[in-house]
Amino acid sequence: MSNSEETPQLYAAREPVFPRRVKGTFRTLKWVIMALTLGVYYIAPWIRWDRGPNLPDQAILIDLANRRFYFFMIEIWPHEFYFVAGLLIMAGLGLFLITSALGRVWCGYTCPQTVWTDLFVTVERWIEGDRNARIRLWRSKWDLHKWRLRITKWVIWFLIAIATGGAWVFYFTDAPTLLHNLLTGQAHPIAYTTIFVLALTTFIFGGFMREQVCIYMCPWPRIQAAMMDEDTLTVAYRSWRGEPRGKRRKGADVEGLGDCIDCNACVNVCPMGIDIRDGQQLACITCALCIDACDDVMDKIGKPRGLIDYIALSDEPLERAGAKPRNIWKHVFRLRTLIYMGLWSAVGLALVVALFIRPDIDVTVAPVRNPTYVVLSDGSVRNTYDVRLLNKHGTDQPFRFSITSEVPLELALEGDDDLTVTVPADSTMLQRVYVTAAKGSPAASADRTPFRLWVEDLSSSDRAYKDTVFNGKVK
Amino acid sequence: MTKAPKKQKKEVKTTGHSWDGIEELNNPLPRWWLWTFYGCIVFALVYMAAYPAIPLLKEATPGFLGWSTRQDVAKDIKKFDDANKALEEKLVATDLTQVSEDAELYHYATSAGAAVFRTWCIQCHGSGGQGAKGFPNLLDDDWLWGGDVETIYTTVTHGIRSSADDDTRTGEMPAWADVLEPDETKSVIEYVLKLSGQDADQQLAEAGAIVFEDNCAACHGDDGTGDRDLGAPNLTDAIWLYGGDRATITETVTKGRHGVMPNWNARLNDADIRSVTLYVHQLGGGE
Repeated sequence: MSNSEETPQLYAAREPVFPRRVKGTFRTLKWVIMALTLGVYYIAPWIRWDRGPNLPDQAILIDLANRRFYFFMIEIWPHEFYFVAGLLIMAGLGLFLITSALGRVWCGYTCPQTVWTDLFVTVERWIEGDRNARIRLWRSKWDLHKWRLRITKWVIWFLIAIATGGAWVFYFTDAPTLLHNLLTGQAHPIAYTTIFVLALTTFIFGGFMREQVCIYMCPWPRIQAAMMDEDTLTVAYRSWRGEPRGKRRKGADVEGLGDCIDCNACVNVCPMGIDIRDGQQLACITCALCIDACDDVMDKIGKPRGLIDYIALSDEPLERAGAKPRNIWKHVFRLRTLIYMGLWSAVGLALVVALFIRPDIDVTVAPVRNPTYVVLSDGSVRNTYDVRLLNKHGTDQPFRFSITSEVPLELALEGDDDLTVTVPADSTMLQRVYVTAAKGSPAASADRTPFRLWVEDLSSSDRAYKDTVFNGKVK
Repeated sequence: MTKAPKKQKKEVKTTGHSWDGIEELNNPLPRWWLWTFYGCIVFALVYMAAYPAIPLLKEATPGFLGWSTRQDVAKDIKKFDDANKALEEKLVATDLTQVSEDAELYHYATSAGAAVFRTWCIQCHGSGGQGAKGFPNLLDDDWLWGGDVETIYTTVTHGIRSSADDDTRTGEMPAWADVLEPDETKSVIEYVLKLSGQDADQQLAEAGAIVFEDNCAACHGDDGTGDRDLGAPNLTDAIWLYGGDRATITETVTKGRHGVMPNWNARLNDADIRSVTLYVHQLGGGE
């Protein structure tokens, strides 16, 4: 091992990034997506949905206190949490699909970090001017002018940040009531704390951390490398067309130079502060703003667009050899993405089917295993079952119990003379149930006797059942 | 055009380390990362001083905030005790037979009773209340002293043959080996087996019927159905506290039985006793 004389710098200060304004196809697409995602985020909790009396009228509501999740006409109970698991699986598969087909489009267009940073940069540009003005301001002394601009920017950022944290809490309780309480200072401290913490993280992440969140904090860029292959479309520089790069000066010899005029437009617009011409790199979120910037320059110098473009790696040898690249859809629809699409659709279909065959009443049976049976004074054998009844109707419903089995068994309810109980509206109820086999009867002396426990909703005639077993006394 | 802040040089530098010609690249970490790391170390040191941290022989260093999990538990217990106070007082003031009319109170009583049962009763009666040899099964419909709430309440409060309580339930199965002749014992056992519908020697049982009438009927009744005032078990049913086979009955008759249940008024307050009474009553055997 040898050491050089110079001590290397293992840590470095952040180099500030001042993305320049850009216009073009992808910038427009980003504006649309920003409007859509922010719009949905801020407006969704305010949509109303009438569910009748005693139930919340908020279309999207995560009611933690009452353990319910409302999404328009859908109501999810805790025991149906598999819907949430299913949605998470779909989100995961969806990301696999999108990433393997189009690379890091999630990062470039829809990730909250990207969207809010984009919004914060827009505000910054509006207050402090475009790239050059911002660099000048950054270099200038802290005089009154600079303080005024900076404080104005920070205040607007913080207002956006508070609105961001504020919108979050509306998903968890009735939004109009909470807003009123928040403004009058009567809301729960947890609401204020949540808003404050989220506002602070939004302010710091969007205003100051920016690209560092993606580079140093986010695990997703690392995972994505495993999902991309040579057919994945990513933002890339056609070096075989652009190189050798060189500025076009008057009278200079442009013979032998590539299309890249080394104007640095792609570098100046990049929110990550990188140079796409260095090739695919970890810091690139594929926001495609460099494509817009470069296309603009190519138009001006009368060269074809697409020096920087969405390109699949497998097309590079073709293009270098002067052949035409393959059709873009052949890259998107290939075995890998088709398998992801198939899996994604299968999970989605299963969830939709599960959603529509959900019953309005349900019963779960937990046989008491401690002890498995009790011998009564007349020698008969009794089993106990903890039965949980579920009534999703908005009204109290009478439920009647019955059993079907191949051998005689007798049914009784704890604390109830007949076999009917009333389950309160929109709730579950625990009822202890006894099943008895007479002395010497087949079930009393058999090890396990299967039977079926039925509950019938007397007012709607809905029926539900569970199969369970009776444990006999075996000598 | 204004010059942009100086960009880092294009080529990635090495740290200068080289092993067999393999060089280590240097991609410098952001400096704030370093300060965050130092910040965490400082936080850890402060945390160690503030909270119990370093295990010593007897206990850990206490920390200057004086915090302990035990205090937290005590606080939590007090919080719940305070929250339940009103219900507890109501439970003590309400007639036991009327508690089930009040859904909230009944729910509280049976839930609290379950906790009391798990703490104090399962050692003998089993975690499911199924009992064991010599310790009654509380799930069945057979009761030595009675199975309505009032009777269970008395049993739990004063216990059975508990020497510490003058109001305890008394009544004892004597050791008949001192009183009966061996052949009398043998015949009365056959009679008891016959009473409960088991296989028995008919001749001996006939002789045993007379022995039973002279010696056992005083407590167990002429027909052997027992007497709850004395805690004498019903001998005609399918349930046996110690066992209904010939060998166990022989042991019971010759050596006697006198199981003990503590008087719980010495350890539990009235609300707890009421709670556990209602819990036991709704296990499946309550009358």
